[in-house]
Amino acid sequence: MLTLTHFLVLSAIVFSISLAGVFINRKNIIILLMCVELMLLAVNTNFIAFSHYLNDTAGQVFVFFILTVAAAEAAIGLAILVVLFRNKRTINVEDLDTLKG
Amino acid sequence: MNFVTPDFMPVMPEIFLLSMVCIIMIIDLFVKDESRGATYVLSLIALITTAFLSFSNFSDQSISTFNGSFILDPMASILKITICIVVVGVFIYAKDYLKDRNMYKGEYFTLGLFGVLGMMVMVSAGNFLTVYLGLELLSLSMYAMIAMQRDSIVASEAAMKYFILGAIASGMLLYGMSMVYGVTGSLDLATINKAVSGADRVVMSFGLVFIILGVAFKLGAVPFHMWMPDVYHGSPTSVTLYIASAPKIAAFAMMYRLLVDGLSGMHADWQMILIILSVLSMVFGNIIAIAQTNIKRMLAYSTISHVGFIIMGVVTGTQAGYGAAMFYAIVYAIMSVGAFGMIVLLSRAGFEAENLEDFKGLNQKSPWFALVMMAIMFSMAGVPPFLGFWAKLAVLQEAVNSGLIWFAVVGVVTSVIGAFYYLRVIKMVYFDKPVDETPLQASMDIRLTLSINGLAILAIGLYPTALITLCMSTFA
Repeated sequence: MLTLTHFLVLSAIVFSISLAGVFINRKNIIILLMCVELMLLAVNTNFIAFSHYLNDTAGQVFVFFILTVAAAEAAIGLAILVVLFRNKRTINVEDLDTLKG
Repeated sequence: MNFVTPDFMPVMPEIFLLSMVCIIMIIDLFVKDESRGATYVLSLIALITTAFLSFSNFSDQSISTFNGSFILDPMASILKITICIVVVGVFIYAKDYLKDRNMYKGEYFTLGLFGVLGMMVMVSAGNFLTVYLGLELLSLSMYAMIAMQRDSIVASEAAMKYFILGAIASGMLLYGMSMVYGVTGSLDLATINKAVSGADRVVMSFGLVFIILGVAFKLGAVPFHMWMPDVYHGSPTSVTLYIASAPKIAAFAMMYRLLVDGLSGMHADWQMILIILSVLSMVFGNIIAIAQTNIKRMLAYSTISHVGFIIMGVVTGTQAGYGAAMFYAIVYAIMSVGAFGMIVLLSRAGFEAENLEDFKGLNQKSPWFALVMMAIMFSMAGVPPFLGFWAKLAVLQEAVNSGLIWFAVVGVVTSVIGAFYYLRVIKMVYFDKPVDETPLQASMDIRLTLSINGLAILAIGLYPTALITLCMSTFA
């Protein structure tokens, strides 16, 4: 029998993987974008699990909004990526060093 | 299941702005490049009318509509009016800068207006969903605005960095929200606040930490400030103007809505975290700013230190403290738009005026604008009688009143350190020889707006009581 805890642990693991992916990855910006999407999916899992076990639909409505915003975000992210590639001819994370952070 | 039509009146300003942005976007499609002024004028009219609608909507009580997901209270009205006025200033400053760089297109204005809509939704949010949607509308507009200068390497790099870090912050915020939702069973901030006392402490704190992380990122508090200097530096100055001013007001409102409206029952838990963020912001912001040679980076670090002060007001947890923080956020936006306006004033086609050296000898070129620059810098440093002094005083007073004396001392000491780099700019303006002898070329409307901006900093500074009372009374 699957309980709420199972879903929460799953989403916590997915969330950690995506965070680790952002901070360990030094190669490719596309992987960063994938990690960001993965992070939002982990959140969605959380919301749906809670919403199911609370018998409250608000959480599922929130998920629809998150999915829509995530799509818009991905579109803008990829557009910025194209602009960046045109200017720098690379999408290596380590080459983003013109501005010293 | 019956459907009750929500009360649309409190949402009038937002509905008006949304329709105007759509109309402006369509009109802009049919406007030729030489008559782009139409878009610009319409955007200003839209903003001023929205400010006026928010003003006429003002109510002493807190009204909620759309099942509590939208709240109209005095704080929301005042902040909305301020946001609109500040963005009017931003658009006026930005116009010539955009023209000189072949970026004078409708996108800047429509994205800017959508951002304003996002900020207004954030300011009035009464539900996790509205907080998130407002925040994303603002952030997505800002990512696109930064990347608008398509042939610039620094701008696209800044946009990418801001995008990645901003998306991670939103993810964190959402994760925290999902935890709080799971424990309290509601997305509504008022309901959450009632449910806090009976909720599981551990999971609530877990969610709270993630929420604070997201808020701190949007505010730019240390240690989540890494994006600010790069984004301020990399963006075209017209966009830095926008990013640096009004969104900080919205971020303050978001912090207030989430932590006070939603989680005031956990004040003891978030107070300690915010104190650490605030102290780190004030110390690191002010010290690292000294080492900067680029004025946009310097102002970014100065923003970080101002954010520390805004958080200090919220930390107190008293009504007067929130009022002081709100006053600080408004004052900061006015000063910041003026400071970046000065950079625009000095810049011209092919010259960015973003190094500190470019301000050398401003007094010989234009004594009046040297005076305006001095007013802005003194105000940021917190020298009386300028506006910034009263903001710092109000926040420090509330910190002392709620017994956090050591915290106020840290604030005072770091602002003394901060005074060094502001005074260095004034020294350059008055006592150094100009590096570049070209006279100022800015047009009349920029000069006029900047003069009004500088005079406002002095005039409100001389008679601050009205604005302070207004801010304090909103939370009473």
